[in-house]
Amino acid sequence: MTEKKATREAYGEALKELAVINKDVVVLDADLSKSTKTAEFKSVCPERFINVGIAEQNLIGVAAGLSLTGKIPFASSFAMFASGRAFEIIRNTVAYPKLNVKIAATHAGLTVGEDGASHQALEDISLMRSIPNMVVINPADAVEAKKAILKIAEYNGPVYIRLGRAKVPVIYDEDYNFEIGKGVELCGGNDASIIATGIMVEKALKARDMLESQGIKARVINIHTIKPIDEEIIIKAAKETKAIVTAEEHNIIGGLGSAVAEVISENCPVPLKRIGVKDTFGESGKPDELLIKYNLTENDIINAVKAIKLK
Amino acid sequence: MQKQKMASIARKIRHNIVEMIYEAQSGHPGGSLSAVEILTYLYFSEMNIASNDAKNEDRDRFILSKGHAAPVLYSVLAEKDFFSKNELKTLRKINSKLQGHPDMKKVPGIEASTGSLGQGLSISSGIALAGKLDNKNYNVYVLLGDGETQEGMVWEAAMFASHNKLDNLTAILDHNGLQIDGKNEEVVNIEPIDKKWEAFGWHVIKINGHDYDEIEKAFNERKLVKNKPVIIIADTIKGKGVSYMENQAGWHGKAPSDEEKNIAIKEIGGEL
Repeated sequence: MTEKKATREAYGEALKELAVINKDVVVLDADLSKSTKTAEFKSVCPERFINVGIAEQNLIGVAAGLSLTGKIPFASSFAMFASGRAFEIIRNTVAYPKLNVKIAATHAGLTVGEDGASHQALEDISLMRSIPNMVVINPADAVEAKKAILKIAEYNGPVYIRLGRAKVPVIYDEDYNFEIGKGVELCGGNDASIIATGIMVEKALKARDMLESQGIKARVINIHTIKPIDEEIIIKAAKETKAIVTAEEHNIIGGLGSAVAEVISENCPVPLKRIGVKDTFGESGKPDELLIKYNLTENDIINAVKAIKLK
Repeated sequence: MQKQKMASIARKIRHNIVEMIYEAQSGHPGGSLSAVEILTYLYFSEMNIASNDAKNEDRDRFILSKGHAAPVLYSVLAEKDFFSKNELKTLRKINSKLQGHPDMKKVPGIEASTGSLGQGLSISSGIALAGKLDNKNYNVYVLLGDGETQEGMVWEAAMFASHNKLDNLTAILDHNGLQIDGKNEEVVNIEPIDKKWEAFGWHVIKINGHDYDEIEKAFNERKLVKNKPVIIIADTIKGKGVSYMENQAGWHGKAPSDEEKNIAIKEIGGEL
């Protein structure tokens, strides 16, 4: 059976490593340290851990101030509050002067589960990618999340990294090499392309296997960096496979599907179908139940690929 | 620095504020003029900062949380040789360094980009906290508008700074009593503002923000305070130094006409 692990757990592990290897790293949280896993950092490095309390605007403002002195702050809260409550501080105080602040937002998407719509950020990618200077990363699994965290600590500039609460299958080996802005072709195929991000990458791989047994060879691409997006890999996929299905645990407005549509419509227009939450709010339920109810499963991807091939 | 010398610099700064805003035909004279003495004192008598060593890790920092008062900060920085005074007349014009609100990437001496109210105290708290973490001796000063304290984020930061005992952080409240839509007390009352800061764990000093003796006393008192951030509540006059602008909310964000500018320059009496 495949190993399962939440990307937020990988975040905690990466922070523990950063505590040792990079003395400039400081970690901030807004009273959610056990949930976001920043408590892992606190356990080994309490002197560089700062709890701002339930105050997400101040969280980002203090992080900005720390970065002005050369520190590398990782500021964490739930994606809902980090990207939503603090949006304008991120935009004006962090991104505008391109400060070296990392916003590691956990509990993104529907898979927050039982907490329901108020806590299920489905707009964060859209919000963050519309801000100039921002890098937006949405890892597919725990391996990629950990590597991404270590990598963005070395990058100078603002980054939003989206992490999940639920345990999700691990798809990458430990020798995987993560590069900011570089999409990953996970398997080849020329009948259609499935371009996925976050937890939907694993579902895209499953869909691909099932499609293959039905005679359709789909290419699977993991876009872990929504911004800057890897235009090259997307244009190549459009040219060579002539049909694209995108998959994301996010509103279909403004997220990966929109970003891919922007790239192909200007460079190589081909039929496109977007799997995502269809401009609606979520609700309480178990993560898997929610993914089924909101049409975010491998079957939904399969149906979309077939539908687009029949066009 | 001698108070007479500071008064003379303050006249030049007022003169420049009026000229800049007149040239731009937009900008915020009222809240720039109210803060002239405070900024003159900070930059010429208090802060350890020099234009030829602007990135020194041990320098004191000033953050203009009320970023719309950019003209006063630009004038002071030009007076301190961070950039040429000739550039002041490019305020708010296309391709100018001198944006309507301060841009740290464009202007030497600007420590943080501000303009959206309520954020400077958080930024300043972060810088002050870093100073504590690194055992640095620098001080962080931040100027807030009184209307600005209607922003909730200010109080998030106020709680945070006192919780973390940031005695290297000094806020100055430009208490001119006016905001765009009128008097604070008519828009949304902020009083008793001193009691609010006290309740949030701050050491509060109240002064006349145009009187150098009182300003000096406040900054000396500040140095004796341990384990607490300090706020200097400076009672000021919006539009100070230009009779028709004084205490007029209408001059929050309006440029003078030809005639108005000439009257203002005459009243200020400063030479460039």
